[in-house]
Amino acid sequence: MARLSVEDLSFAYRDRQVLRGITFSVDAGEVLGLVGPNGCGKTTLIRCIDGMLTPRSGRVVLDGRETRGMHRREVAQAMAYVPQSAGNQTAATVFETVLMGRRPYLNWTVSKTDEEKVIAALDALDLGGLALRRVGELSGGERQRVMIARALVQETGVILLDEPTSNLDLCHQMGVMEVLRGLAERTGLAVVIAIHDLNLAAAYCHRLMALKAGSVYSYGTPEEVLTEEMLRSVYGIEAVVKRDLAAPYVVPVRGARLQKEV
Amino acid sequence: MEQNVTIQEGYARLKKTRALFIGGLLIALVILIGVAVTLGSADYTMAESYIAILAGLFPGRFTAPEMAEIIVWDYRLHRVLFAVCAGFGLAVAGSIMQGILRNPLASPFTLGIASAATTGASIAIVLGAGVVGGEYLVIGNAFLFALLAALAIYGMARYRGIGSETMVLAGIAIMYLFSAVTSLLQYVGSAEQLRAVVFWTFGSVDKSTWPKLAIVSLVLACTIPYLLYRAWDLNALAEGDEVAASLGVPVERSMILFMMIASLITAVIICFTGTIGFIGLVAPHITRMVIGGDFRTLIPASGLVGALLLLGADSIARSILAPQVLPVGIVTAFLGVPFFIYLFMHRRNA
Repeated sequence: MARLSVEDLSFAYRDRQVLRGITFSVDAGEVLGLVGPNGCGKTTLIRCIDGMLTPRSGRVVLDGRETRGMHRREVAQAMAYVPQSAGNQTAATVFETVLMGRRPYLNWTVSKTDEEKVIAALDALDLGGLALRRVGELSGGERQRVMIARALVQETGVILLDEPTSNLDLCHQMGVMEVLRGLAERTGLAVVIAIHDLNLAAAYCHRLMALKAGSVYSYGTPEEVLTEEMLRSVYGIEAVVKRDLAAPYVVPVRGARLQKEV
Repeated sequence: MEQNVTIQEGYARLKKTRALFIGGLLIALVILIGVAVTLGSADYTMAESYIAILAGLFPGRFTAPEMAEIIVWDYRLHRVLFAVCAGFGLAVAGSIMQGILRNPLASPFTLGIASAATTGASIAIVLGAGVVGGEYLVIGNAFLFALLAALAIYGMARYRGIGSETMVLAGIAIMYLFSAVTSLLQYVGSAEQLRAVVFWTFGSVDKSTWPKLAIVSLVLACTIPYLLYRAWDLNALAEGDEVAASLGVPVERSMILFMMIASLITAVIICFTGTIGFIGLVAPHITRMVIGGDFRTLIPASGLVGALLLLGADSIARSILAPQVLPVGIVTAFLGVPFFIYLFMHRRNA
């Protein structure tokens, strides 16, 4: 059964239609990449799924239950979200920031188990050495990993990430994607990632969904979605897609003239 | 594994530091209360003052000279405790506002609540108009206007979409509007009225009484346990609206409620004292620098820091030009700013 399914979801800011009839589902153990140019609606879609924005129509179903009828705390126990910004520069330590991911389960005190779960997540993201530093003192990339660790300790079946790799160097980009894919395959986590780097997406996502001006342009395996035709139509660029590697690899040939997005 | 043990030890150490900090503040406060009660034109030692306090509490067990008991209980103790409660409340209100608005400059003063209270007081002083008459004219007006400002901020934010930036901008706009109204009233007022308005804005705990202390402590007793109970939600909100929402916090509802509580605490204090600035801004900062931002400990600790600051400032205000008493609002800044800058610079270097 699909962990997360989105059915015919549409959203508009006042009279500006942003998303039109989006339908897809993510199974347990699957990593889905949302791709498309700036402003195509990736972030809006993620915010609609997590309930921060209210869709004009359509449904979001988590493990067979429609999110609209669920309590916020229940949603938080089933779905975690890592926002695009690399977190606030608060005075909290890394340990405490990650601990906050236990909030949907915590009463007031922190149990030994909670602490152990935080430590496990810190280890998974190579943050053990920074545990007692203040988040405000970290680099952008380190903060980004802290946010991901927090989503992991939420122990949800679904995790939504909005460009989690945008602040990271090559090594940590791959590290984060490895962790997410590994968790998906080991624990049956369903992962939805909005991602700009098509080659990274192709290497680590099971399926991709390309959005164009708020609608699904194509949806399928990386091989099916990453085509020269898609790149021309969605991104307006000429590119060659190399297919002799483990995953399709996009090599841009000529950039688009920057044109007004339709 | 080795490292994991150290992480848990480190967190345990952090918790211990916090407990020690709060314990230390409590002890310092009890001592300072004792010292503050001895201050004044009638000379009593600390021991005599404590005995006078105890004699009032347990009439049979302790006996103090009648005069000492009267002076301590009728003139000094409520003022000292009022300073403690006012400092505590203002600091907690400031920490809540800074947290949920994620703005280090947010405080009852930068959000226009204090300037609205001043306008309310000015209307009462200059025009003699108010909702409640008589003795409570100035107080009632200040209180109502402070709440009015909070409602206006809430209204604007509601209309424009509730975000922390909207609230801060709305608050600053409100502050300028009310400042202008106060200036206008000062312009049209007589010299005598002008003097009264200006004196009100200095802020002082001179006019404290036991009933006023009772009102303030009742409000604190009703709100602070609730804020502590929701400390995790405050922690989540301090990380951002989106994060809080994804952790299951009902963001809009909570932000409004917390803003209203912080405004209520502020209003009920400054309507009795006038504008005592700075405590609400600085006490939470000092506390966060020392023990970090977990609201479970930030609320009590910054409250205690605020109480110490205000009581310390008031004690200095009473003794530095004795028998003249300076308005405490002036002293808080003289005392607090250098201390704050010292901490700030020290922290940056380290």
